Amino acid sequence: MEEINALFHGFSVALTPFNLLLMFIGVTLGVLIGVLPGLGGANGIAILLPLTFAMPPTSAVIMLSCIYWGALFGGAITSILFNIPGEPWSVATTFDGYPMAQQGKAGEALTTAFTSSFIGAFFAVVMITFLAPLVAKFALKFGPPEFFAVFFLTFCSFIGMGKEPPFKIVAAMMLGFALAAVGIDTVTGQLRLIFGWHELMRGFDFLIAVIGLFGIGEILLSMEEGLSFSGRTAKINMRIVIETWKKLPRFWLTSLRSCIIGCWMGITPGGATPASFMSYGIAKRMSPDGAKFGTGMAEGVIAPETAAHAAGTAALLPMISLGIPGSPTAAVLLGGLLIWGLQPGPLLFVEQKDFVWGLIASMYLGNIAGLIIVLTCVPLFAAILRVPFSIIAPVIIVICAIGAYTVHNAMLDIWLMLLFGVAGYAFKKLAYPLAPLVLALVLGDQAESAFRQAMLMSQGDVSIFFSNGLVSSIMGLGLLMLVWPFISRLKASMRKNAA
Amino acid sequence: MDIQNRFSRGLLPLLAAFGLCIASGPAAAWEPTKPVEFIIPAGTGGGADQMARLIQGIVAKHNLMKQALIPVNKSGGAGAEGFLEVKAAKGDPHKIIITLSNLFTTPMATGVPFNWKELTPVAMLSLDNFVLWVNSETPYKTPKEYLDAVKKGGPNTFKMGGTGSKQEDQIITVAIEKAAGVKFTYIPFKGGGAVATQLVGKHIDSSVNNPIEAVAQWRAGSLRALCVFDAERMPYKEKVTATQSWNDIPTCKEAGIPMEYVMLRGIFMPAGVSPDVVAFYVDLFNKVRATPEWKKFMEDGAFNQTFLTGKAYADWVAKAEALHRDLMKEAGFLAKP
Amino acid sequence: MEDKQGSGDVVHSGISVRAAEIVVAVILLGLGGLVVYDSVRLGFRWVGDGPEAGYFPFYIGLFICIASLITLGQVLFGKTRGDHQVFVAWEQLKLVLSVLVPAAFFVLGIQLVGIYLAAAAYIAFFMVWLGKYNWIKSVLLGIAVSIVTFMMFEIWFKVPLFKGEFNPLSIIGY
Repeated sequence: MEEINALFHGFSVALTPFNLLLMFIGVTLGVLIGVLPGLGGANGIAILLPLTFAMPPTSAVIMLSCIYWGALFGGAITSILFNIPGEPWSVATTFDGYPMAQQGKAGEALTTAFTSSFIGAFFAVVMITFLAPLVAKFALKFGPPEFFAVFFLTFCSFIGMGKEPPFKIVAAMMLGFALAAVGIDTVTGQLRLIFGWHELMRGFDFLIAVIGLFGIGEILLSMEEGLSFSGRTAKINMRIVIETWKKLPRFWLTSLRSCIIGCWMGITPGGATPASFMSYGIAKRMSPDGAKFGTGMAEGVIAPETAAHAAGTAALLPMISLGIPGSPTAAVLLGGLLIWGLQPGPLLFVEQKDFVWGLIASMYLGNIAGLIIVLTCVPLFAAILRVPFSIIAPVIIVICAIGAYTVHNAMLDIWLMLLFGVAGYAFKKLAYPLAPLVLALVLGDQAESAFRQAMLMSQGDVSIFFSNGLVSSIMGLGLLMLVWPFISRLKASMRKNAA
Repeated sequence: MDIQNRFSRGLLPLLAAFGLCIASGPAAAWEPTKPVEFIIPAGTGGGADQMARLIQGIVAKHNLMKQALIPVNKSGGAGAEGFLEVKAAKGDPHKIIITLSNLFTTPMATGVPFNWKELTPVAMLSLDNFVLWVNSETPYKTPKEYLDAVKKGGPNTFKMGGTGSKQEDQIITVAIEKAAGVKFTYIPFKGGGAVATQLVGKHIDSSVNNPIEAVAQWRAGSLRALCVFDAERMPYKEKVTATQSWNDIPTCKEAGIPMEYVMLRGIFMPAGVSPDVVAFYVDLFNKVRATPEWKKFMEDGAFNQTFLTGKAYADWVAKAEALHRDLMKEAGFLAKP
Repeated sequence: MEDKQGSGDVVHSGISVRAAEIVVAVILLGLGGLVVYDSVRLGFRWVGDGPEAGYFPFYIGLFICIASLITLGQVLFGKTRGDHQVFVAWEQLKLVLSVLVPAAFFVLGIQLVGIYLAAAAYIAFFMVWLGKYNWIKSVLLGIAVSIVTFMMFEIWFKVPLFKGEFNPLSIIGY
């Protein structure tokens, strides 16, 4: 077992007191960065990159990747406590995590989220350790048609699951697509939907919309009930961790499926966000409790968190082995490699063994360190809900404003956030679903680019989406997911008839 | 795009540093009094972003400036967002911007109202090269063989991948088409790294990636470099792959494609700043260029290390702008009024 | 979106669901129309090598229009949702506005004097007005939050936040 030897060598590289210290600093900073909406993992690492310039590359990458783990963990905290996703991939976590917190189960939701994240990451690291070269080849098979197929599958596994009036679902989703189209069009370089207003050029960032629709909208909604957040009764002791752990093993199938979805989406640069949505959607379709998703089911937290973290981790693999980033954060790390004088790419595994295996070993260690840190803080996080509303509400709004600003350093975005807040409030009360809007906003642009790139390749021939085994099977899977609700309904009615 | 005044490379940083220190002796008294915003009109992880963050790291590590240099990405509207901000910040000495070819292409292609003349040119840091790449499993060993195959295949059968639309990669593609009498299908992607990977995965037939974007795949033997679009070969003679150095790649001109293209990596700042301020930044970048980290970065990315300031720089930019206007006009990329 | 402006049709005491539905649907209809308008300018056909820049936005806009027209029709002519339901009661609206209006002033404050000063003032005001805390405690907490934010962003992370049109912090060199 060559890999095992190399891995142990990696542990010997990573396990110096200095590196361990960096790991803890990195994870803590990362959690902080993940908690602050807007200041995401990519931004955080870009900001701290120059500080690591003077360190040896291995130590530097250990610290930066630990920031990345921390940010992955941290994104879930505000999603669960305040319905404000700190990171794009934690949006799906709000669907069941926030209702859990409202029912006084914040500790349980947080523990579930953190543990699932850890499992997802661990699965991905094991895959990186043993299957790296093989998996890297798989990533190369993805061209524009395949990318489009992946987005298609994400949409198909997610839509058609709401209880809202169908035309409102359509309107919300299309509004998401329309917002995603604002700004420059990658394929033709034309400015779209800005009506000569140059401030709009940067487009509507997904995070701004989410901070407003979910975060500010939720604060406005909870104001109706009076000056408080629900869920203040959350237990805040460490026993909650053990109690939650006892319940988790029965969701092993969801976890495994989410791990696989996550790894797949991480390697082919779909990324953590589609992974979390797809995983949530599929879990809802497959679970016997599917109908109860959205009301505070632990499974609805496990699925997106496991997949997001698996994808976030797996995204580092194409970066190391091919020199292509699987996520924006990986793109910044990639820049870091160049600055430290390392060349990412197929030869990195051969030429920089210490670095690569040190990094892989640090993925194991960093995630364990991260899990320990965030779990010990669960009571602390849950206790935030006990801070009086009239203190925490303005602080949240201030943090949201800062988050909205840091996304693009634009003042307009803070105003937009407020506008989205009002829209979120109205939409929620009128049963316009927010999830399809957000999904369309985050993936619409990429899906359209992939589609049109594929069309350029085939000179306008749509059959390119069924031109080889890989793309056909993903498209087929997508179509299957689209009709799945009908199939399961049919099965149910047949069973009823038989009985 | 012929560069008249090429300095000798080794001596340049030293000479320039000394020269400027002496020349601007008393005038260089200006110093930043607060952190300097370093605007990047491109997203995180791209070429301009990497260079800006490297400069930030160098400045911090070698303590070249008392105040911090803070990179800020303003990539909206193909970089127009960043340029408009600098244009609006007239007279602000604490703001600089790194540019790439989108300094010309973005206003021309989108009609967003700004022009480099509304900014103050500070210094050209280097010129980025472009190389014609194909997958190494294809039989094409020279540009001529490849272009013959493209011609034989008929229009739109071969796919050229590049970064963005109506930007440098597509402009080069159009220039190749014109020079060789062929027609590609140009497929725009979001970043240079993605283009290189698509080429390795054979989803496209060729690319015009910058050296740094494709070097990893080149070394691993998945890509083959056909020719470089600079006027002269790249000067770096150290072997990069098992058999080739950057210097071994012929220029496209000598390989029979009569065209040249290099991309500006330079610094501008808002209009209406005093000469002292400009002198300070010129001096700063000279110091940056003298560091070993910068030299290594230049070599890894096979950059053309031409360094220009003052009028020579402004003249170069004016010439480049005219060239871009011609190329884009012919390609039909200019924004409809 | 601006349900606050929903006029008329006041049933019970508050804005009726019907009014809110109409306002939202009309706004969406307008947005859809804008999208369609700009798509036509961009070109919305399927040409030789695939769709033009406005192709997808055109249909997206069209779908928004159709969906909101149907919703509008259902509200105006259908009996699907009760006309007498209250979207938001005046009492509730007052509470909601008591957060929204200060928040809007906060954002305006950011525009003028920057995030740090606006945040301190906003937190202090909110605590005094809605939380009935005493002045000293509130002001101290507001300033503390601002200082922590300032340290974190400007000094440790080196992320410049918005300092406002008038940038009062320029006195201390930022």
